[in-house]
Amino acid sequence: MTQVRLQVNGAVREAEAWPGESLLYFLRERLGLFGSKNACEQGECGSCSVFFDGELVCSCLVLAAAAEGAQIVTVEGLEDDPVAARVREAMVAAGGVQCGFCTPGFVVAMTGLLRGNRHPSDLETREALSGNLCRCTGYVRIFEAVRRAGDALE
Amino acid sequence: MRVSVPKSLDAALGLLAEDPQAVVLAGGTDLMVAINFGRARPEHIVSIARLAELKELVAGEQVLCGAGVTYTHLLQRVRDRALVDAARTVGSPQIRNAGTIGGNLGTCSPAGDTLPILAALDATIVVVSRRSGERRVPFSDWMRGPKQPALEPGELVLRAEWEEAGPAQAFLKAGTRNAMVIAVASLAMVVDRARRRVRVALGSAGPTIIRATAAEEMASGLIEEVGWERPLTLTEAARARFADLVAAAARPIDDQRGTGAYRRHVIGVMASRALQRTGAAA
Amino acid sequence: MPEGLRTRGGVGESIPRPDGPDKVSGRFSFGSDLTAPGMLFGKTLRSPHPHALIRSIDVEKATGMPGVKAVLTAADLPGERLYSLHKPPDQPVLAAAGDEVRYAGEPVAIVAAEHPEQARAALEAIAVEYEVLAPLLDPVDAIQRGSVLRELTIRSGDPDAVADVVVDGYYEVGQQDQAPLGPEAGLAIPTPHGGIDLWVATQALHVDLEQVEACLGMRPGAVRLHLGGVGGAFGAREDLSIQVHACLLALKARRPVKMWYGREESFTGHVHRHPAWMWYSTGADRDGRLVFVKATILLDGGAYASSSGAVVANAACFGAGPYRVPNAHVWSGAARTNTVPNGAMRGFGAVQSCFAYEGQMDLLAARLGLDPIELRLKNAIRPGDRLITGQALTGAAPMAKLIDLCQGLPEPPAPSDSLALPGGAGNVASAAEVVRGTGFAVGFKNIAYSEGSDDYATARVRLQRGPDGAAVVQVKTAASEVGQGLVTVCLQVARTELGVEAVEIERADTTVGDAGSSSASRQTWMTGGAVRDAARLVAAEVLKRAGPPAQALAGGHVLDEEGAALAPIELFLDEPIEREFEHHHRPTSGLDPAGQGDAHVSFMFVAHRATVDVDAEAGLARVAQVATAQDVGRAINPLQVHGQIEGGIAQGVGLATMEEIKLKDGLIRNASFTDYIIPTSLDMPEVAAVLVEEPEPEAPYGAKGVGEPPLISSPAAIVAAMRAATGRRLNRVPVSPEELAGLSECRPGWLVRPGQSPAEAVRPAPPL
Repeated sequence: MTQVRLQVNGAVREAEAWPGESLLYFLRERLGLFGSKNACEQGECGSCSVFFDGELVCSCLVLAAAAEGAQIVTVEGLEDDPVAARVREAMVAAGGVQCGFCTPGFVVAMTGLLRGNRHPSDLETREALSGNLCRCTGYVRIFEAVRRAGDALE
Repeated sequence: MRVSVPKSLDAALGLLAEDPQAVVLAGGTDLMVAINFGRARPEHIVSIARLAELKELVAGEQVLCGAGVTYTHLLQRVRDRALVDAARTVGSPQIRNAGTIGGNLGTCSPAGDTLPILAALDATIVVVSRRSGERRVPFSDWMRGPKQPALEPGELVLRAEWEEAGPAQAFLKAGTRNAMVIAVASLAMVVDRARRRVRVALGSAGPTIIRATAAEEMASGLIEEVGWERPLTLTEAARARFADLVAAAARPIDDQRGTGAYRRHVIGVMASRALQRTGAAA
Repeated sequence: MPEGLRTRGGVGESIPRPDGPDKVSGRFSFGSDLTAPGMLFGKTLRSPHPHALIRSIDVEKATGMPGVKAVLTAADLPGERLYSLHKPPDQPVLAAAGDEVRYAGEPVAIVAAEHPEQARAALEAIAVEYEVLAPLLDPVDAIQRGSVLRELTIRSGDPDAVADVVVDGYYEVGQQDQAPLGPEAGLAIPTPHGGIDLWVATQALHVDLEQVEACLGMRPGAVRLHLGGVGGAFGAREDLSIQVHACLLALKARRPVKMWYGREESFTGHVHRHPAWMWYSTGADRDGRLVFVKATILLDGGAYASSSGAVVANAACFGAGPYRVPNAHVWSGAARTNTVPNGAMRGFGAVQSCFAYEGQMDLLAARLGLDPIELRLKNAIRPGDRLITGQALTGAAPMAKLIDLCQGLPEPPAPSDSLALPGGAGNVASAAEVVRGTGFAVGFKNIAYSEGSDDYATARVRLQRGPDGAAVVQVKTAASEVGQGLVTVCLQVARTELGVEAVEIERADTTVGDAGSSSASRQTWMTGGAVRDAARLVAAEVLKRAGPPAQALAGGHVLDEEGAALAPIELFLDEPIEREFEHHHRPTSGLDPAGQGDAHVSFMFVAHRATVDVDAEAGLARVAQVATAQDVGRAINPLQVHGQIEGGIAQGVGLATMEEIKLKDGLIRNASFTDYIIPTSLDMPEVAAVLVEEPEPEAPYGAKGVGEPPLISSPAAIVAAMRAATGRRLNRVPVSPEELAGLSECRPGWLVRPGQSPAEAVRPAPPL
């Protein structure tokens, strides 16, 4: 076991961990931050998306023990984020949520998208979200949520 | 298992000199999958993911691309069109934000998306170790086999270097999904009009990236006839001949992502289109 | 009625789902998110061989390893050793020494440890000695050896009917994975009194409970199941996965045990859609009226029965399509082989046969020189008509209307960007190399359980004063919210019946009666019906307490017959009112030896039109649009109905173009999201959907199920569009790039006369 110390959602968080633990596992089982989801653990589904030094990444592909010094923001850390707030409202209102397992990862990715571009085109939205798999909705209402959130941010 | 997080390149090289068996972790897009799936249990991991010294990208006529440069960074900065197109097809935005060109080189998979274009650009890979300092390896010598890069124990990929090759270049990648797909087959083609050089390289077409040299010579000959500075008008017969030569160079296998027969076929299709597109770009 | 007395958010309105805010914030707790003090992590050792005799299992080394708190094998099982959805059960909880493993991935031992890595290491330390046996993998081979899970024949009309035009076709459907994003997961916590509580992501708490109780050998009441948040299901959670194992480990270790499957393990940890091999012969008169359908539908059931029996029946009952078919002869059967068991997946047998009968309709249209849509309209089944099982359509059956509406929906524009071309960012195709094709298909399927099952659901509804004194409704059921929006439906029903907007949907568990499974598109009808009926009993009690002239409840008030408010509802809630109701649907009957009987309670119909852009040379395709008209009875929540339609179409796009579990020698070669690929945002077509609301007479509110039809005929329509674009046969889904490029064709490995059992199949002569 090794001691891992990370900057998560603006606070220093520390816990013992097995050195091979992914950041995803560490966030979930060590820090109790279960908003990042464990759907594939191979970087294919985006359910575990977090911001890592401001960049959208899959936390399952980050080695927790090697992440010291990075600023990590999870879906829980976006609670007061104004862009994320509009994204959350739009996802619920537009019907972009069904089972909800992919949803936190989408909220993080959509927040990243709309921070840079309030009115992405349909294809820009699709490309920006192509790393987030959803098995329930067929994405249609998630795209609609991007439009609505973008409008609400004006 | 233990994890070292050196704060500098020098410290990383020191760790690798002490423990040449250590496994290097960059973007994590390959190694972490192996760890998560229980397939790899390295005793010692040296993480170079956050080393600023490896993240430098000098984009000009001579491109120096640090091993730690991510695909996202690459596709925002470089002008080589085919490399931008290749980087754009790597995984997803999340993967492009994490994965690095050094990782693509170090993993050394024939499906590595940027490798065909590095081959077609005649890139040089610069590696470094505490013991031997820097060493330059032409891309053509880089892949000794699948997952076997020309790296000696204790060595790290430092950067890739190449000369900008002009606008006549193309990258095509066939896969059964419109995003986030491992190449069933890919092809990079560069017509470097300034240096009078044609390069065609194939991904997922054999154990390593494969250069289609006979096809390169044929295309050079065609361009030579009309002049290197002029666009090429192609006959159907010439395209078909070129496609056949490229397809003949492939050594594809059957696997869960596609059959060898389809790979050879689609390589021919991509070759014909790449010749058309690059030939037209003067 | 004054606006203040209208109940907002009742049946028919597109209200947002009540669990939405928790789901978007990450607060919603799924099965794998659960945690408890002292919790251990459980893992499963699985057979690497598709068929082998277990000579011995040695767990001694594993038992003593660091952090390991329990290691269990079949020798430790306290109760029934077999479980299944099928009666009698046939699937071992753990394969025993001296017994056989029958598929690669079959559980052999389980371990609980302080850390998943310790559990994994312990699994590696368990020594299992196998004697490898030859696996039975070809389903025709299996049938010929008598290895059959169920077979069934439907005969109707004249077996010797003669048609002017006959088309024969052979079709295959690959093995699709449900691929819910949430893994199999749950947490078992022993109680101080020797019982156990299990939180689990499942489609059916009571169905699980019955099996778990039996396998734990526990008395009724000692085991309680609670719904852990469910990250999608689509059939993958009808069979047990971690349920018994987690409980066994927790009872042994006397500590909470959490289990979840990684993505790779998930591919062997749940059943899949049955792959199918289908031989069809369809006859019609010169005008295009169907004369007969003869079909052999062979399914690979895999190693254990699971729900193969019901899938076989569905494939057969709907095997001639939603058409007037006077004469039919259909054989349908599932072989028992040495592959991962196949069972429930969205569409459940109807998807497979639809791909075949719709392919036949297009062949027939081409042969007759008729427009494929006209041919379908001409033959469309109508209310009062009989199915090939002899059952008359007594409910809504707007097939012809669906075809009409669907074909009239606007078509999509040409792709505007290379990203929207086949192959997307891969840059293979340019617009000049792309041809657009359009295809049409229709389908139908039953709602709820069939063949004489006593299908019911239970709901408990309580009306009382909340903390602020206002009326509050609590709805309790054991029905699984799996993402489909059942919680929204229950909430809307309670509002409509009780006129109270404050409705709490309590977490599902087994402290209330059975609700059956969230499958067969049945919960809106069944649990929705139970909530309605329980709420009506509660409403009756309020009106009784209020006395005349109280007539109705709305907008939080008791109303008179003119709709005027008499008093707030809470005035009559000095004592809370609680009622429970069990909603049964009309009894159905079994199928007789000729496959005849009123086996189904109701049917859903659908039409799809697909527009597909194809790069035929490179073998790449992109579905540009799927247009659909769907028979929904009545939309309780139109927003959610559209969500079900779009999501089902996404899975149809997957089945048509990319999704298939690839087996080699009985082993899955693509057990990951890298190689089992599902559609991304860049693969999803535009969807144009129109809902047809003809209320179903027997269904609560007239509402039919909506979950499955989007996946029944969308694959057939997509492939029809690819055929139109390329002229190729494309008789197998998913269509491979190789077939699309014309490099190969799917040909039958066996010759079967349509309608006959594959027991009489012979190998085709080798090509000269």
